[in-house]
Amino acid sequence: MASNSPQNGHRFSISKFNNLPGIQRFAIWLALFACLSLLLVVIWEPGVEFPVNWGAGLAAWINDRIKDITREGAFIFDAISNVVLYFLLFLEDVFIWIPWPAIIIAIALVTWRMVGWKVALFAVGSLLTTGALGMWTSAMETTALIVVAVVISIAIAIPVGVIAARSNLIDAILRPVLDGMQTMPAFVYLVPAIMFFGIGNVPAIFATVIYAVPPAIRLTNLGIRQVSSETVEAAESFGTTPRQLLLKVQIPMAVPTIMAGINQTTMMALGMVVIASLVGAGGLGEDVLRALSRFQPGEALLGGLAIVALAIITDRVTQAAAKGRQDALSGERQL
Amino acid sequence: MVIQQADAVTRVTAKNLWKVFGPAAKENAPEQLAGLSKLEIQEELKSVVALRDVNFEVKEGETFVVMGLSGSGKSTLIRCLIRLIEPTLGELMIDDEDVLDYDEAQLIEFRRKKTAMVFQHFGLLPHRTVLDNAAWGLEVQGVPEEERHARALQVLEMVGLNGWEHYRPSALSGGMQQRVGLARAMASDPEILLMDEPFSALDPLIRRDMQNELLRLQEQMRKTIIFITHDLQEAIKVGTRIAIMRDGEIVQIGTPEEIMSQPVDDYVAEFTRDVRRSTVITVGYLMQNSTTQVNAEDSPSHAIQTMKTANSEAAFVATENGRYLGELTLAEAQAAESRNDTSVSAAVNRRYLPVFAKECVEDALSKAWSQDGNLPVIDDTGVLVGQIERDALIQATFDSEEALA
Repeated sequence: MASNSPQNGHRFSISKFNNLPGIQRFAIWLALFACLSLLLVVIWEPGVEFPVNWGAGLAAWINDRIKDITREGAFIFDAISNVVLYFLLFLEDVFIWIPWPAIIIAIALVTWRMVGWKVALFAVGSLLTTGALGMWTSAMETTALIVVAVVISIAIAIPVGVIAARSNLIDAILRPVLDGMQTMPAFVYLVPAIMFFGIGNVPAIFATVIYAVPPAIRLTNLGIRQVSSETVEAAESFGTTPRQLLLKVQIPMAVPTIMAGINQTTMMALGMVVIASLVGAGGLGEDVLRALSRFQPGEALLGGLAIVALAIITDRVTQAAAKGRQDALSGERQL
Repeated sequence: MVIQQADAVTRVTAKNLWKVFGPAAKENAPEQLAGLSKLEIQEELKSVVALRDVNFEVKEGETFVVMGLSGSGKSTLIRCLIRLIEPTLGELMIDDEDVLDYDEAQLIEFRRKKTAMVFQHFGLLPHRTVLDNAAWGLEVQGVPEEERHARALQVLEMVGLNGWEHYRPSALSGGMQQRVGLARAMASDPEILLMDEPFSALDPLIRRDMQNELLRLQEQMRKTIIFITHDLQEAIKVGTRIAIMRDGEIVQIGTPEEIMSQPVDDYVAEFTRDVRRSTVITVGYLMQNSTTQVNAEDSPSHAIQTMKTANSEAAFVATENGRYLGELTLAEAQAAESRNDTSVSAAVNRRYLPVFAKECVEDALSKAWSQDGNLPVIDDTGVLVGQIERDALIQATFDSEEALA
């Protein structure tokens, strides 16, 4: 009888509970939770430690597997290592062999034509300073390292991005993997990198690629997915093969976005320079690392600033390239 | 034109075509789906019916218009015809081959050679020049560059875009971009042209230009066209026959006049309300096919005999091969007889201006306003095909004005 009239009823009911103000309901839930936890502690006495610890076993198992891979895959890793090293050393030689004024003039021309005279002025100034401060060879070594890492990244990113754009399943699987590659502390994969490739430039490039490749993959995927469905339908309605569709429609139209991805990849690769030196890469990163170990803040700062200068020049140039392509696509520039 | 169609070959036949999005597409047989309403399929099977048991035929050289509001399934339908969207069930015969049985290679060949499509938002490739866009279909087929560019220039000229071939599409206005779309579709000389609301994204004036352009081109090319629109005015202007769609079903198929004069239900009638019937219904549709007709070479007595047999006070006079000459009253024929004329040709009067069978009622009335009685109706070649009373023209015009009010 009382429960039928909630206004003056005395019995507890769900509807009455739901009618209480939010803060009071929260307080009741909190009190219930506290009572239950207290009860659990009193009955079970679980203590501070977890009842099991499988971490050590799992880690040991992973260690063994990585050792297996190192042993079984040695011939593959050696082959990769040789090719990458050959490519890198060739580039380094070329960059160091070309007289520095020629390189500075070439970069000045490129930045001036593609970006503008302000950035060209900055490029010339910062490169001259780098040389004058005795870091020219290091800068060229770093440039060669970055070029190799970015080329490998692009070679991986474009096909993977294309596959991800075509399959929602692969996209869904890839997404957390790419997140992991970008957020995993670099030291974690530096260890197996050394095991696979030994100390030197090759594990450095390997680590750089792992860290730098995700944006290029993501933006290739995005760029292809962004191509308007009517454009794709229009192309298909004339009987394109999937290959023609990809090469003549989707990739050309995705180029500005892919270029933005390459720009980000390059920036992230430059960000890895010092960490890469931990496993034996030379160049500006090594200079900074050496300064760190000898407590020489001045040397560290100069090396760091040289990396920043390289980053700014590369960023402006790759951005301008992407924008030029975008303008060409939207028709602001005629043939 | 009506007679030509009856003889023409059927190029496209859709039989029991269904398109269902969702789980019901895989699990259900056509009989099961047919028994369920749109709402039941949506609620119980969690699926959406885009096309529901669609049947139609398109004849050679015809412009078949599919009209409906957005969401009626017309865009899905045209995409199903070249399998940009895969139909769930049904048959789609194009020249005795079921397109739905094609494997991928056959489908690509079919799209390259048989059909071409024009899109609402043009679907041009922004990174290519107008010339390369127009040559797209040929490029895909592997036609050498020189040859395809020559052909593309030809079609660009046909649509009035000479001089623009080296620009990018974005430098062109909407109307011009759609001309590129039209040129691209015609470059590969398809037998069947599919047009998905080709003029809907254009300004009204440009739209009218493009409709006229299409009519002009169609006069030369005589393609089989399937044309999608949401605008009945446009459907009537370009269409030989019109199919009206609602909720994925075709509710009526007919000539513009049939749709205007005999809408099957309120839904169709609602569309026709915005169109003045007197601008759609032709004289040929309302006329009487039988006339009292005498030959110019007939003797007066024969002419009198013909009129008396028909119980008529007058007759229309035509030449040997049927061309309209004028009118002859019974009194005039008798006068000729008393003059001993050998034929009635000298007695023919030209009181009545003939009206054309393909003219719409309103146009005919503006000419015939001052002419009382029966008016002669002729076809394009001047052959007498029937007669119509002036009052019937007034009636038809008056009715539609009333319907508007």
